[in-house]
Amino acid sequence: MSAPPEPSSVRRLLGLAGPPFAVAMGVIGIWYFVSEVALSDGQSFLLPPPHAVFQSGVLDGQHLTELLEGLRATLIVTLVGLTISIILGMSVAILMYQFGWFESTFFPYAIVIQATPIIAIVPLIGVWMGFSFNARVLVVIIISIFPIITNTLFGLKSIDRNFINLFELHSVKGPTRLTKLSLPAALPSIFTGFRISAGLAVVGAIVGEFFFKGGEEKGLGRLISRYQLQLQTEQLIAAIVIASMLGVALFLIVGFASDRLTRSWHTSRRETG
Amino acid sequence: MSTALSFNDVGVIFPDGTEAIRGVTFDVATGEFVTVVGPSGCGKSTLLKVASNLVAHTSGQVEVDRASLGYTFQDATLLPWRTVQRNVELLLEFHGVSKTERAAIAQEHIELVGLTGFENHYPKRLSGGMKMRVSLARSLAMKPQVFMFDEPFGALDEITRERLNSELLDLFSTEGFAGLFITHSIQEAVFMSTRILVMSARPGKIVAEFKVPFEYPRRDELRYEPDFARLAGEVSEALRASSGEAGH
Repeated sequence: MSAPPEPSSVRRLLGLAGPPFAVAMGVIGIWYFVSEVALSDGQSFLLPPPHAVFQSGVLDGQHLTELLEGLRATLIVTLVGLTISIILGMSVAILMYQFGWFESTFFPYAIVIQATPIIAIVPLIGVWMGFSFNARVLVVIIISIFPIITNTLFGLKSIDRNFINLFELHSVKGPTRLTKLSLPAALPSIFTGFRISAGLAVVGAIVGEFFFKGGEEKGLGRLISRYQLQLQTEQLIAAIVIASMLGVALFLIVGFASDRLTRSWHTSRRETG
Repeated sequence: MSTALSFNDVGVIFPDGTEAIRGVTFDVATGEFVTVVGPSGCGKSTLLKVASNLVAHTSGQVEVDRASLGYTFQDATLLPWRTVQRNVELLLEFHGVSKTERAAIAQEHIELVGLTGFENHYPKRLSGGMKMRVSLARSLAMKPQVFMFDEPFGALDEITRERLNSELLDLFSTEGFAGLFITHSIQEAVFMSTRILVMSARPGKIVAEFKVPFEYPRRDELRYEPDFARLAGEVSEALRASSGEAGH
């Protein structure tokens, strides 16, 4: 490919952000068309126009406070669950890598956890653990741990045989090999797992809140459930947008961290310019 | 000259029943540079893996001081997340050399392979030849008494390969290791070695041996001299005979 030499950063940003921005404009246009033209006055509650959503969801102080509190509660559940998923998932993957019997014994159950629809487990968790914070965190862990286990394991297993020979030649095993070879070599895959799990963790937190309405916390999921029941469509859409932004933000943060840690050396990173 | 590495009637049969090498006997003395040539898959690399104990031999005896063994693989095997400096320090780190000492030894060997100024580069920014030089520096930093090379320049272009051949011979002269070199290039074998061993197709046996009479240091022009061509021709003939029905 013959890229033009050194495009200015403004032009590059435009090239990068332009097309998605155009899509957003298009979507908002269609949205306006549907809510202002296609729907009759009596039906307009089904899809209030964007400015109405913005007004009642963001400009209205009471609703904004409510949404921000919801965001805060959801964020805490998400982060706690995701952190536990990362620690637990990586530990499990490392054990599976080190001990074949551990993998053959437990990997099938990792698949079972992944394959069972989260909605189907949530009621049972509610029965066992009530509507507590811990129950919500557990939902997040269940939904987000599998990509971390599989991607970490994949990264560890993909280490070039020559590197392993080099370390074996010098009898370097165990924790030293893990920190000096296995984990850094697997880092790009590990981060792929984190990225997928970050989005799933938000889903898990909201699903948990949606079902566990009896507790103290006022998460986004609970607000979504209430807005739905009370047909507060403006706030409902605002809550959905915020929830989606939370997922995107986490995805970007993990991506940024991954980039910072691996950009200098990892070959599959796209070169800029 | 003392023996640095010795194989006595060594055989390797893999767990799946494949016989890789059979009855291999040879010595490498200090001050020698021995090259093994042979058809693909004849077990040349297995010799090095046996010497370094990466593969266990199933018969015969191997004598070598494994603590002073250098080993360069087919690719440079540089850890991509480490800079040149930190890659050269790696083996020293394994053997508990202190941080300041490591840095000094690494610096010295980076200079030895002509890469001063590239200490903080990551491998992805280096050419194939430069990566191989870093790999050589990493092994040399351990002051190996026996230095084994498993087709180290096979993936490089002709010009780079010839330049690295000369550089490696310079290092051979100054650093005083015994060399055991694997290649499938006869030119390379004749240019580098004091002695050439020809291996047969699997199971690999040593079927011919050639002494290379040329004095070190060897100039690039040696490659175009009649004596060089004659010896290369003889090795080539032995190699063809050893491959048996390898013709397509």
